[in-house]
Amino acid sequence: MIENTIQKIRSEIEDRIESFDSSKSLYEFRKDFLDNKDGKIAQLMKNMRDVPKEERPAMGKVINEVKQWAIARFDEMDKRVKAIELEKKNKAEAVDVTMPAEKNEIGALHPDTLIENELIDIFTGMGFEIYEGREIENDYYNFTALNTPKDHPARDMQDTFYVSDEFLLRTQTSAGQIHVMENKKPPIKILSPGKVFRSDDDATHSPMFSQMEGLVVDEGISVCDLQGMLNTFSERIFGEGVKTRLRPSYFPFTEPSVEVDVSCFECGGKGCKLCKGTGWIEVLGAGMVNRHVLENCGIDPDKYTGFAFGMGVERIAMLKYGINNIKTLFESDTRFAKQFKD
Amino acid sequence: MLAPLSWLKDYVDIDISAKELEEKLFSAGFEVEELIDIGKDISGVVVGEVLTCEPIPDTHITVCNVDCGDKGTFQICCGADNVCVGGKFPVALVGATVYATAKDHVTVEGVMTIKKGKLRGVESEGMLCSGVEIGLNEDMYRGAGYCGLLVLPQDAQNGADVKPIVGLDDYIFDISITANRPDCQSIIGIAREVAAVLKKPFKMPPLDYIEDGRDIDFNITVEAPDLCPRYIGHYVSDIKIAPSPDWMKRRLSLVGINAISNMVDITNYVLKEFGQPMHAFDLNDLENSEIVVRRANDKEKIVTLDEKEFELNANNLVICDGNKPVALAGIMGGLNSEIKDTTTDVMFEAAKFARDNVRKTSRMLGQSSDSSSRFEKGVDEYSTQMGMKRALHLVCELGCGKVSKFHKDVSAGNSVESRPLTVSVKKMNELLGIVVPDEAIIENLSALGFEPSINGDDLSVMIPAYRDDIDSHVSDIAEEVIRLYGYEHIVPRFLDNAQVTCGGRSEEQKRILKLKKTLCAQGYYESMFYSFFSPKDLDMIKLPQDAKERQAIRILNPISEDLSLMRTTLAPSMINAAVRNLRRGNTEGRFFETATVFKTEKLPLESYPEEHMMLCIGAFGDKESFFTVKGALEAIAEAFKVEFTYEKSEKPFLHPGMTAAVKCAGKNIGYIGRLAHDVCDELAVEKPVFISEIDYEALSEIVNDKISYKPISKFTDESRDLALVMDESVLCGDVQEAIKSSCKYITSVKLFDVYRGVQIGAGKKSMAFNIIFTPDDHEFTGEEIDKYVQKILKKLAYTLNIEIR
Repeated sequence: MIENTIQKIRSEIEDRIESFDSSKSLYEFRKDFLDNKDGKIAQLMKNMRDVPKEERPAMGKVINEVKQWAIARFDEMDKRVKAIELEKKNKAEAVDVTMPAEKNEIGALHPDTLIENELIDIFTGMGFEIYEGREIENDYYNFTALNTPKDHPARDMQDTFYVSDEFLLRTQTSAGQIHVMENKKPPIKILSPGKVFRSDDDATHSPMFSQMEGLVVDEGISVCDLQGMLNTFSERIFGEGVKTRLRPSYFPFTEPSVEVDVSCFECGGKGCKLCKGTGWIEVLGAGMVNRHVLENCGIDPDKYTGFAFGMGVERIAMLKYGINNIKTLFESDTRFAKQFKD
Repeated sequence: MLAPLSWLKDYVDIDISAKELEEKLFSAGFEVEELIDIGKDISGVVVGEVLTCEPIPDTHITVCNVDCGDKGTFQICCGADNVCVGGKFPVALVGATVYATAKDHVTVEGVMTIKKGKLRGVESEGMLCSGVEIGLNEDMYRGAGYCGLLVLPQDAQNGADVKPIVGLDDYIFDISITANRPDCQSIIGIAREVAAVLKKPFKMPPLDYIEDGRDIDFNITVEAPDLCPRYIGHYVSDIKIAPSPDWMKRRLSLVGINAISNMVDITNYVLKEFGQPMHAFDLNDLENSEIVVRRANDKEKIVTLDEKEFELNANNLVICDGNKPVALAGIMGGLNSEIKDTTTDVMFEAAKFARDNVRKTSRMLGQSSDSSSRFEKGVDEYSTQMGMKRALHLVCELGCGKVSKFHKDVSAGNSVESRPLTVSVKKMNELLGIVVPDEAIIENLSALGFEPSINGDDLSVMIPAYRDDIDSHVSDIAEEVIRLYGYEHIVPRFLDNAQVTCGGRSEEQKRILKLKKTLCAQGYYESMFYSFFSPKDLDMIKLPQDAKERQAIRILNPISEDLSLMRTTLAPSMINAAVRNLRRGNTEGRFFETATVFKTEKLPLESYPEEHMMLCIGAFGDKESFFTVKGALEAIAEAFKVEFTYEKSEKPFLHPGMTAAVKCAGKNIGYIGRLAHDVCDELAVEKPVFISEIDYEALSEIVNDKISYKPISKFTDESRDLALVMDESVLCGDVQEAIKSSCKYITSVKLFDVYRGVQIGAGKKSMAFNIIFTPDDHEFTGEEIDKYVQKILKKLAYTLNIEIR
């Protein structure tokens, strides 16, 4: 009799167990048989009480067999159904990996700022501090204190914007030299970035541009120190192996004054379009600080010497990035701006 | 400064090529902007002798046999009227390059290559050339201006290259002269430098003359010695006005001056050769036999040589006769005393006029000349003396007049002698950082005419009178030595002697960089705009007439009205950038700019204006909203660990319903808003544009740069969501503030949903907030949180009439 019951349970299970496609309904079905309290197999166990004592072991064995069989069968099916379920779920969740990402676009700094940051990193590493001066300067700091008195022909080198008889838009960051030297005594190592203004307006000139001025004043500073420092700077900004060349020039606030060329980083000095076939590119003006300038700032020119250099930030940016029109730097065209992610 | 090689060769024995000389000048501080090869377009043109010359019937053309020596004999057709048997002319052989001229035979239209051809069926192998076709003019070569063949000298060898014969084998150096070397604004100045770099002697052109002219009773007075430190007058009689000799015409032509007549040409020649502007007055036009150099009277008038009339004042210097102005000093002579064909007596003037006065007068009157631009650069009195001597010599050489004994030299007393200077060799070498050998010092300074000698550490020199740029310091001498000795001798060193210093950015500079990087991370691109803008920009943003932004500093000499005011707000530049981008088809963009605006209480400026650092943010395009841009501001607040609050506000150029004042720590630090529809319409902008301007300096005072660490709590945060129903007019910020202030454990209140609909009722809205409670010393229980929530709800009901949904 018990055998019949067990056989019935077996066939009830076998009849339906293959038909499930959800682990949840399979589990419900399983509970019908294997629930510890109400399951049909647990019921069989309960019925044991009604069976004579001597038959109980044999019956227990049979029930246990069917229980073990059912557990194994359900576990196996559970595994199968879960695998199918997972596959379905994965399939449903699958994405087209080539669809666009959801991200915040990142912006970029202005090319001038990129160059300035690079220069600042180089020079602060050499012990330079950063000084930022004013854009509206008075005549004294921009010219007179820089050894360029009112009737000096060098004033014609730069077309100046005036805002009053005395005040003007600074034409050079060199104006900052005087403010620094009036307030600080040697050793001085200053880098001074900023906007400067000249009444010039064409494809290579903008009425506003940025300069970076450097100044070193200490005992025993010579032209050799100037070139040594410029060599380091040139290699860092334009690439290893780039050399500098000094050639005589004139600025009222330095003596001797030099123009500084770097060997062409495009062709290595062989001559190309960038260097107009000369192998050299003019990048900055420099020189030994004129003793009158030191005197104007109350620094003893017989004890201290120094050098100063100044470069156009846009010129460096244009050379480095191959920008051909300075105006594009001040237009904020998105197509331009997006190319300077650093 | 133009300097022909052939002219320089008169004063220095130049035995290197023009190209090599260019490089040597470059290393010595004289950059040759252009080395002009005057015959560079002409090649393959030789001397040809016409052997036969037969006209082609019914044409103006002749067919010639031309003997070109070793090049052969060629049949060439020719249309010129002066072709003749036995004549020698330039022949462009097949393959030669010459200038193509227009129908007028004068205008050059380009370079052409000669090919074999047929004229009226007759073969022609080459071309007989005019002067213009080989790049000459009448001044450069006599006969070259004739509208026919250029006649070559009979002794020219057939087949020889014509270029050396007609002077086309010459070069012109266009040299950029630095402002400290006005002495090199002259052929002899350049020649002296050439002599120095080549270590060859400099040959001074002849300055001698014979005084056999009539004497005269004449008076010269200088009433303004401050503006005219030197004035030399010399009388020349028996003038015979005629054309100048070919050599003088050619030289003037090479430096860009048209020959006029011998007396005028002499003044121009001396200007170019010695850098000394000269003037020649027709003596017969000078009243009372006198010259007075004085400041002009107010409203005094003069008509200059070019027939322009000017009204003068006391800032202008004039040369007068006994009665009236006869020249605008240093700028141009008067029409009333100019040299004419009938001139018989001349008063030559060589003077030094103060450079800034010449400049000021020239600028004021808008009148300039070769002479005025020369004076503006600075003329030395040595050249004034030498120039006069040279002019008188040329009068004798050309035989165009008789030099009189009358010579008046009015001087303010400046020396024209060499000045002695002694400097320390050691100091000079210390400045250069190298030891220049004594021999090299002597050699190079000698080449420059400094007559150096070394005695121990003392280097003694004589500074030439024309070197006004040399001060009296060691650096002046160091500069002269190194530019000739060569900068290649400098040995780069890396600040071996300098003290170690501690560099770096200041805190303020680091903060600005942090601000920029924060905005970049938010997708904004950095902009840089001009510090000046247009008065129209102030109108564009509809500022009322009394707005403080209209108190802008004006540039006295702007490039244009559009670039004439110093910015008082950054918004217009940003709006203009958005408009520019949209017009160019860039449909979206995000930009920021940090820059100074200029503020002053008083105009015109009497002291430094305030330069105030501002931040401006701009975003445009369909994806942008008030809240995307507000997001950028919130990112800044987060980066600087401060809190911004926003209050509804208004600006004339912003949308009245989408504008807020931005506050931080109780201070108003800026605004944010959408560009108003009417402004957009005026600018033809169809996409939304958002602008925010923040007072960076005010923000900078509040920000917290410090990282302050608090140990993280052992206890977990509790979170509750509340859906609240309120009147439409209640502001989100007020609700958040009310929630936050009702319980000290609340660390975050975030809006996550807004709902409007029938269930809520008309004029109402539902806002759902997520609230985070952070415990300090014990784990929160559900009851505790419920208690706080009740407190919140009570407060909301009481203050804002808000109910839970």
